[in-house]
Amino acid sequence: MSVKKTYSEINEKIKKGEAVVVTAEEIIPMVEEKDAEAVAQEVDVVTTATFGPMCSSGVFLNFGHSDPPIRMKKVWLNDVPAYSGIAAVDAYLGATEEKEKNGEGLYGGAHVIQDLLDGKKVKLRALGTGTDCYPNKEVEGYITLADINEAFMFNARNAYQNYAAATNSTSKTLYTYMGVLLPKFGNVTYSTSGQLSPLLNDPEYRTIGIGTRIFFGGTIGYVSWNGTQHNSNQKRTENGVPVGPAGTLSLIGNLKEMSSEFIKAAVYEKYGVSLFVGVGIPIPVLDAEMVKKVAVKDEEIYTLVIDYGVPKRGRPVLARVSYAELKSGHITIEGKQVPTAPLSSIKKARNIANILKDWILQGSFFLQEPVQSLPANNSVGPMKLKGACEE
Amino acid sequence: MKRRFTMKFQPESTKKPLTYHLIKDYNLKVNILRADITEGQEGRLLMEVEASKADLDKGLKFLESEGVTIIPLDQHLKWDKDNCIHCGACTAVCFSGALQMDRNTWEVNKDSEKCIVCGLCVSACPLKIITVEFR
Ligand code: SF4
Ligand code: SF4
Repeated sequence: MSVKKTYSEINEKIKKGEAVVVTAEEIIPMVEEKDAEAVAQEVDVVTTATFGPMCSSGVFLNFGHSDPPIRMKKVWLNDVPAYSGIAAVDAYLGATEEKEKNGEGLYGGAHVIQDLLDGKKVKLRALGTGTDCYPNKEVEGYITLADINEAFMFNARNAYQNYAAATNSTSKTLYTYMGVLLPKFGNVTYSTSGQLSPLLNDPEYRTIGIGTRIFFGGTIGYVSWNGTQHNSNQKRTENGVPVGPAGTLSLIGNLKEMSSEFIKAAVYEKYGVSLFVGVGIPIPVLDAEMVKKVAVKDEEIYTLVIDYGVPKRGRPVLARVSYAELKSGHITIEGKQVPTAPLSSIKKARNIANILKDWILQGSFFLQEPVQSLPANNSVGPMKLKGACEE
Repeated sequence: MKRRFTMKFQPESTKKPLTYHLIKDYNLKVNILRADITEGQEGRLLMEVEASKADLDKGLKFLESEGVTIIPLDQHLKWDKDNCIHCGACTAVCFSGALQMDRNTWEVNKDSEKCIVCGLCVSACPLKIITVEFR
């Protein structure tokens, strides 16, 4: 008899404290020793995680009403503009938005988010036009995360399923969101937790979908939608693992419950601001098929090495390498040995996978079956600008 | 032996081409890692010197006789390890091998001995927790 488990059966085990939970790295040797059926019998949940810079992140905030009330048309938090083209005292602060006048060192939305999480006072300034119902035209003062009504992180694109590695063929140093790329193939950077990465362990989105409950920035969050540029049509290897950037997730969670240990502001010099986001996703071991997916290892995950020295959308692909090669410390490009370095923290990803594992073992985290699957045949198109704008 | 020093001097106080003499008269291999000289003010030169112990001592005596203050350095890169997330971005640019990723624990380790204070990791660290400091 082949093993078949449902979400409710697994949740029942979690409730009783009987669920067997391992991380996506711990399951690899288990599958090498036993067959998939036996492992499916034994293990109920596999935890995956990633901790990397994710630019498409930000927070919705509601400041509460001032007296007299204001309808905010422009909002700044510590001099970083937030978007307030929504209801009166709602705003969205994007992680990559920068302070209008930056002095030495960049400061942006990501830093405001981290300051809020650290309990620091943040300067709020807002301008309105003054209306009959919202007569106030300006407010200025300090807020803290505890003071405001709602604060939730809502990220448009996180947890990229595979991402291309970067290198530089030119003779000058490039400062990019893929780190500092040294001239003449001086280095290669890559950003993924590989065999521990959420979507690489459920490559065809069987269990990760809209509504999936996750670890998000130190608290419980949810998958709210597919992320932007969700490219489920990417080419795949036999085990379903995409060979380049593919699926993405849009995530949501309560900022007030998050911790700056798992949400960190980042600055990439001469590029801009980004936000490190910690994400952990549990994968239910529904059957032996699922075991084969979560058993994926770095040797079986491939990505492309792209030349960031070519300033075009279609940057040339220089090599196809496995994460095992990337993680070994060097790869060969055009006959040259090039050192490699990660940009996302594997140490932190392991930490998150273990925390999520503990939450499940302690019975404080239950699995949520997706209410809808992620789109299966999505492609990413280029910008389709038509015609010139006439003034 | 290889040693690193900061030389502190008044630019106008010495007329002799110091590094020339160090190399020519005292047999020192001199590598200037960083120069920090503000017009009319005290200058600082961070250098790595390779020589035999005897030559080095003589060379340093010569510098002192020229009014140069010598500050031996062992660590001039400040790394706030407690706040490090071990992302590895700094290891991408560190060619001296001073900052290295342990590929088992995936933690960054620092070997100050190897650091040539090129400053590249300071630019590369997204958390801005590495600083180069003159002592
Ligand atoms: S780049 Fe900064 S945060 Fe990342 S590992 Fe190096 S020192 Fe730590
Ligand atoms: S200053 Fe240069 S040599 Fe020293 S640790 Fe940083 S990158 Fe490496």
